[in-house]
Amino acid sequence: MSENTSTFDISYVAHLARMHLTDAEKAKISAQLKDILTYVEKLNELDVSHVEPTAHATPLSNVFRKDEVRPSIDREKVLQNAPEQARDLFIVPKIVE
Amino acid sequence: MSLHTLTIHQLREKLRRGECSAREATQSLLDRIQGIDGKLKAYLWLNPEDALAQADAIDRSGVARDGKLLGGVPIAIKDLINVEGQPCACASKILKGHTSVYDAFVIQRLRDAGAVLLGRTNMDEFAMGSSTENSSWGITHNPWDLERIPGGSSGGSAAAVAGDEAFAALGSDTGGSIRQPAALCGCVGLKPSYGRVSRYGLVAFASSLDQIGPFTKTVADCALMMRVLAGHDRCDSTSVPQPVPDYTAALNKGVKGLRIGLPKEYFIDGMDREVEAAVRGAIQRLQSLGAEVVEISLPHTDYAVAVYYLIATAEASANLARFDGVRYGARVTGEDVIDMYGKTRGAGFGPEVKRRIILGTYALSAGYYDAYYLRAQKVRTLIRQDFEKAFQQCDVILTPTSPEVAFRIGEKADDPLKMYLSDIFTIGANLGGICGVSLPCGFTKSPRLPIGLQVLGKPLDEETILRVGHTYEQATEWHKERPTL
Repeated sequence: MSENTSTFDISYVAHLARMHLTDAEKAKISAQLKDILTYVEKLNELDVSHVEPTAHATPLSNVFRKDEVRPSIDREKVLQNAPEQARDLFIVPKIVE
Repeated sequence: MSLHTLTIHQLREKLRRGECSAREATQSLLDRIQGIDGKLKAYLWLNPEDALAQADAIDRSGVARDGKLLGGVPIAIKDLINVEGQPCACASKILKGHTSVYDAFVIQRLRDAGAVLLGRTNMDEFAMGSSTENSSWGITHNPWDLERIPGGSSGGSAAAVAGDEAFAALGSDTGGSIRQPAALCGCVGLKPSYGRVSRYGLVAFASSLDQIGPFTKTVADCALMMRVLAGHDRCDSTSVPQPVPDYTAALNKGVKGLRIGLPKEYFIDGMDREVEAAVRGAIQRLQSLGAEVVEISLPHTDYAVAVYYLIATAEASANLARFDGVRYGARVTGEDVIDMYGKTRGAGFGPEVKRRIILGTYALSAGYYDAYYLRAQKVRTLIRQDFEKAFQQCDVILTPTSPEVAFRIGEKADDPLKMYLSDIFTIGANLGGICGVSLPCGFTKSPRLPIGLQVLGKPLDEETILRVGHTYEQATEWHKERPTL
């Protein structure tokens, strides 16, 4: 992991996260994450080659229910918090030229 | 007679006898909040008219006098649980002005039990933090020392209950966000086992770890709240269908013959000496009440913080992708849709949320997934197995809730790793899916600050941790102490 941290490209990761960062934010977060990533390297001390991963701790799997119609939230309510809406739709900038 | 100082049990008794009304109970809290919340800043939002109207409806219907568990009792709600018609902003600028359009499962339960939904409490933005300093709307102060933090992320809920501004409050706990602020403010806070309480209507932070739970003034009140909150919900696929025991009925069984496990890895150098002394005192007290003490080992404890900060941030980076300026919240326009996403999120999220989204996105990105996220999930298995093995030797595990008492505002604000390490005793329970409760077990001398005892239990065995907590509480006076405000 050591090589990984040295190549940490914050502009690329910020793009993946679709989150603009100022240059000052990039510098600060990069420095702090370097410390955190160095700290998590301690996980390499353990041999986990024969350990199954745990995604979550509940004993449940494949929770099914009947496919039946139930009331849902009114369309008007769903749209009421939208930054922009019209004709029962969310309005977004043009995606396809 | 000031009603706001009562416990839920005491208030319920008065309401049942007709000695006070839900309106008077609600008004008493509103007066208290008016008087001291300028100092504490525990609440983000209140609507006195609406709260009193709810109380009046309860008084008219007579539910305060019948057997409903919370008939007429006002409850405060952390600002990330949806209450229809009330704001829900997770203390974030990106959700400023958002109004909930539905009730969370736990809110339906509270309404059904006759509670008044009083107001919204402050928190670290999107529940990311251990001090409530990451709120976009300002800092909540510790009722015992206004220059100190209340803990986090549910710091507003803890401060409200400890400051007699609420009879009880809801919080959420992803790595200790109920138990640590309860410890630092001197009240009771319980994180249920994973799946015990539905998260439907909780704004998700890290879905494999999040649980909703109560803050109260006593363990008996906590048991009462759990009777209302726990249970199966088909709207949350991680909700377990097991029946809910009567948590109140189990409280008085005592601790005779109960085996208390002390993990040798948790009593470490660097722990505050007064904290350690108070917890050791609590252990001796429980021994004198008939419990047996066994030393246990949780060998992978030292890796828990690293595992937690990879898993929680990875899940957060996925969960918070929904805040993109399309369906709710703020929008900052851009040249195209991608630019709009970036600008909206860049302007809407605060520094800690950004830091965690970047870490989580990185841990999940191509080429690093195996090294970080998958490895963390594998070590999570080892941590879970540590608890499984330990619980073969003991019925509950006792630890300090936090290695230290409330620290000063600003003390750790610029050192995220140091802040993360303060969660060391609480995050294991979230990774392992087990339950835990924090309750007061003493105070430091000068300044006088509360110390929390953590009782951890087997998955779905909230009964036993409540019983241990109640037995200890009955034998001590710590829970009766109140800050001077």
